[in-house]
Amino acid sequence: MRQISTDAIIEAVKKISIDASFDLGHDVVEAMENARRVEESPVGRGILDQVLDNARIARTEMAPMCQDTGFAVLFVQLGQEVQIVGGDLYDALNEGVRRGYKDGYLRKSIVADPLSRKNTGDNTPAVIHTDIVPGDKLKITIAPKGGGSENMSEVKMLKPSDGIQGVKDFVIDRVRRSGGNPCPPIIVGVGIGGTFEKCAYLAKKSLLREVGNRNPDKFYADLELELLEKINKLGIGPQGLGGTTTALDVHVEVFPCHIASLPVAVNTQCHAARHKEVIL
Amino acid sequence: MTQKKSIKTPLTDEAVMSLKVGDDILITGEIYTARDAAHKRMVELLDKGEKLPFDVKGQIIYFAGPTPTKPGQVIGSVGPTTSTRMNAYSPRLIEVGLKGMIGKGEMGPEVVAKIREKKAVYFAATGGAGALIAKAIIKNELIAYEELGAEAIRKLTVKDFPAIVALDCHGGNLYKEGMAKYEKK
Repeated sequence: MRQISTDAIIEAVKKISIDASFDLGHDVVEAMENARRVEESPVGRGILDQVLDNARIARTEMAPMCQDTGFAVLFVQLGQEVQIVGGDLYDALNEGVRRGYKDGYLRKSIVADPLSRKNTGDNTPAVIHTDIVPGDKLKITIAPKGGGSENMSEVKMLKPSDGIQGVKDFVIDRVRRSGGNPCPPIIVGVGIGGTFEKCAYLAKKSLLREVGNRNPDKFYADLELELLEKINKLGIGPQGLGGTTTALDVHVEVFPCHIASLPVAVNTQCHAARHKEVIL
Repeated sequence: MTQKKSIKTPLTDEAVMSLKVGDDILITGEIYTARDAAHKRMVELLDKGEKLPFDVKGQIIYFAGPTPTKPGQVIGSVGPTTSTRMNAYSPRLIEVGLKGMIGKGEMGPEVVAKIREKKAVYFAATGGAGALIAKAIIKNELIAYEELGAEAIRKLTVKDFPAIVALDCHGGNLYKEGMAKYEKK
């Protein structure tokens, strides 16, 4: 067994919490630069200029690119030959988030109870998804998720007879109804199959994929491109003020499902598509 | 590029009436931050016939909650939040003299109607451009509800704050017009 200390985990999570807030991935920046070149609306081009300027300022000054520094969503891949020493893994992950959001001057956006709504004051707890995998490494990915785009997400249990047309209609309709609310240009994460919660997880996880990378299955790669084209014909545009850049990409992930079911989830991601990972 | 137009706060009826959807605006003067929680409290004060934490007459409210201010800086990152959550509150504030709102995303029909009736305006700022927008803020003063943290009311002194007229007092709606213009069948 390889030992990893909770102290190392805390430090690593603290660092990726802060880095994610100001360092936007090159894939997203490049996609926005490409969109800027082809955007037909002058208002839309102005907004894309601002967003690109914002990404540069954020990186140079290590300032959060968006004031909504998000719900800390962590994807943990724990090698089965790893032994965590010094404390509880989940406590360490939350402590890392707590320190990152405090020391990084990030906004605390989490309320302790969904109805009484008192702020926890330190942006914990994180939402933690854990996979046990072969090997002796621990991989932690943070994907801070803003409320505005998360609110424009949805799960629908389609009937198998709805088929691929039903899936397309649901995804397009979800984006149309979202309008400017999720801060377009967006990245659309789509989960198809599995169960009610599995398809939502797939949609979320698909957002970790680099913009421009396709599903390895050609059928789903083509579906991604078709959905992207249709979404960009909606006219919503940057910030919903009209234009030809509504989405930067569509990512589809699939899983086997029950003979009676066709679950579909759309997880909407704003252009501040932040994620950072560390391997211990 | 469209021509940028400068406006100063507080806003007069004449200034509001001169604004049309799509105008690229630079706002200079004082604006006030408030999100859902602060709006709820302000409307409760109005319901009880009590005084608001600041006089909203002619003023602009910015739907925003910044990140904490780092030492030596004026404010943290401070882009707009989603405006639909203020649909329930904004008409009441417009009723008592509020002239402008800055946020992101379309507002509801109740706000659109009140904007026309009372000569007010809704500006879209760029969501997710919080680090850029912070550059336009030269002073940041906490004026009410400190216990709400990021949701407290702040008076911001701004210079050339970038915004776009998205809903004007003449019935213009850039969300609907923009989408119709660029939609491809």
